[in-house]
Amino acid sequence: MTCWNPKMEMMPKHELDKLQLKHLKALVHRLYDYSPFYHERMEAAGVHPDHIWSLDDVIKLPFMVKRDLREIDPERLLMVSNRELVRYHASSGTTGRPTIVGYTQSDVNNWTESVARGITSAGIGPDDVIQVAYTYGLFTGGLGLHYGAERIGATVVPASTGNSERQLDLIKRLNVTVIAATPSYLMHLGELSEKVGMSIKKDTRLRVGILGAEPWSDGMRDRMYDWLGVKGINIYGTSELSGPLWCECSEQAGMHVWGDLTLAEIVDPDTGERLGPGEKGELVITMLQKEAVPIVRYRTGDITTLEVETCACGRTHPRLGRITGRVDDMLIIRGINVFPSQVEYVLMSNPELGNEFQIVVDRRGALDDILVRVELRPESFIDNVAKLEGLKDRIANRLRNTLMISAEVELVEPGTLPRFEGKAKRVIDKRKL
Amino acid sequence: MVEREKYHIKQLSIFSENRPGRLMDIAGSMKQAKVNILGFTIAEGSGYGVVRMLVDKPEKAHEMLTKEGHVVKFTDVLAVKMEDKPGGLYDLTLMLRDAGINIEYAYGYRNSPAAVLIMRVEDLDRAIDAILDSGRELFDVSHFK
Repeated sequence: MTCWNPKMEMMPKHELDKLQLKHLKALVHRLYDYSPFYHERMEAAGVHPDHIWSLDDVIKLPFMVKRDLREIDPERLLMVSNRELVRYHASSGTTGRPTIVGYTQSDVNNWTESVARGITSAGIGPDDVIQVAYTYGLFTGGLGLHYGAERIGATVVPASTGNSERQLDLIKRLNVTVIAATPSYLMHLGELSEKVGMSIKKDTRLRVGILGAEPWSDGMRDRMYDWLGVKGINIYGTSELSGPLWCECSEQAGMHVWGDLTLAEIVDPDTGERLGPGEKGELVITMLQKEAVPIVRYRTGDITTLEVETCACGRTHPRLGRITGRVDDMLIIRGINVFPSQVEYVLMSNPELGNEFQIVVDRRGALDDILVRVELRPESFIDNVAKLEGLKDRIANRLRNTLMISAEVELVEPGTLPRFEGKAKRVIDKRKL
Repeated sequence: MVEREKYHIKQLSIFSENRPGRLMDIAGSMKQAKVNILGFTIAEGSGYGVVRMLVDKPEKAHEMLTKEGHVVKFTDVLAVKMEDKPGGLYDLTLMLRDAGINIEYAYGYRNSPAAVLIMRVEDLDRAIDAILDSGRELFDVSHFK
C-alpha cells in the first residue's frame, strides 16, 4: 500500500495532536493580528489567543458561517494583499451572488497536497489515467482534482462536465482507469454506454471512481461495482474550505481528514455543543494553515460523523462518515449546491411573476431534474403564446445563470400553488437517495 | 369616415394550465352565467394553453370567469365574411397579402350561407379599412349577441 506522505499520514496520534495544537495556536495568533474581521469576532466573544492552550480550547473560538464570507467586505476578510493571491474560486451563494474565496500559492499547495494524499490512499498512482469530469472553472471540483492528480504523476484527462458520448469515447481510447465525477454522472455514463453498445466493465480499463459533490449510498456503491466494475471512493469538500479535500482510502471506511491542515469537529446543530466520535451532527471545520481567508470553526451545514480510531490502512487521521443530510434547505442537484433562496431571488426580480413558487426535484434515470413552477401575475398575461414562451425562456435563462444548472420552468395559474401560514415549504424532493 | 369601433369584436382570452378539468371549469362558468359560446379555439404553449372564445355576453362572461379565479382578458379581433365554397379562404387571404395585413392568429367556422374568419391582427383599424375597401364584409358586434 502506498502513502503519499507516510511520515505525516501515519504519524502517531499524540504527535499529530501536538502538531495540530501548534498550528492552531499559530493560526489564532495570526488571525488576531491580521484579520480585522476575526479579531473583532474574538473580542466580542472575549477570547484572546493566549486562552488557547489545548485542542479542546478550540470551543472558545466563535463560529463562522457562510453569511460571513458573503457579507464581510473582502478588505476585512482577506488576510493577504492581492499580490499574494493566486486564485479566486466561487461557490453557490444563498442569493443571486456567489460566495468568493481567495487562495495564496501556499493555500493552493496545501489543497493539492490534501487531494494527492487522498487519491493515493485510494490506490491511485502515476500509472493511472484520471478523467476529471467535474466542472472546471469557478467551481473547485475540476481544478482541485486536476492539480491533485497531476501532483501524484497520474495522467490527467481534463474532460470537465458534459458531452457524455465523448466522455465514453475518451475513457475507451485513452485507457482511462479512474474517473472523478458525481456518482449520478457515473451512473448516467453507465446507462449511456449500454445505449451505445459498450460495456464499461468489459470494454474499458475504468476501475475506480472518485465520487462526490452530492450524497450517495453504499447501495449505489455496490451497484456500480457489480454493474460497471468500478470501485466507488467517496470524496468530500466545499469551496469555502478549499474545494474537494478528503477522500476514502482503499478500506472505504470513511474519508481521512488531514490533521496537520484541518481540525474537524462535530457539533449539535441547534446548541453548537461538541459531540463525540461516532455521534451524528454538523461538521465544523478549522483550516489550520490557510493564509488568504480565515476559516475557523466554519459551520458547513453538512450532517455526518467523525471516527478517531486508527484506520485499518494504518493512517491515524480521523475519518469522516457519509454526509447524511443538511441543516438548512440547501439542495444538491447534479453535484451543484442550490439554495431555494436563489430561485426566489431570480423569480422575484421578474415583475411578471407572482409571489408563489414551487421547486420540484426528481431523478428519472440517473440524473437529477429540477422544475420551477411559478405563478403568472394576472396583469402580465398576454394573449400571445410566443411572448409567453419568451417569458418562460427568459426566466429559465436567468435561473441557469444564477444556479449554474438548467431548470425547467412551468407557468401556472395564480392561486394554484399552496400558501403557507408558517414557514413556506417550497421544495418537493421526489428523489429517494 | 367609417366608424370602426363596431367592428372590434371582444374575444375572451383565458390563461389555462394544461391539466384535465380546466376546460370543464371554464365551460362550467359559461353555463352558470348562461352565456352562449359562439366561437372557440385553444392555442397551446408548453404546460399551459390560451383559450380563446367568442360569446354572446362578453362582459358577463368576463365577470364570471374572473370571479371563478381565472386569468382572463379581452382581445379585440375582427370577423370577416368569407364565401362558403371552395376558394373562399384563398380569395380573402390573397386580398390580405396584397394589402400587407399580417395575421397573428385566426380561426374559422361555417355559418351557412356564409363562413366566418376570426382574425387577430396587429393594426385593427388599418385592416378594417383594407377589408372594407376591397368590397368585403365585416361582421359587427351586433352579429355576436
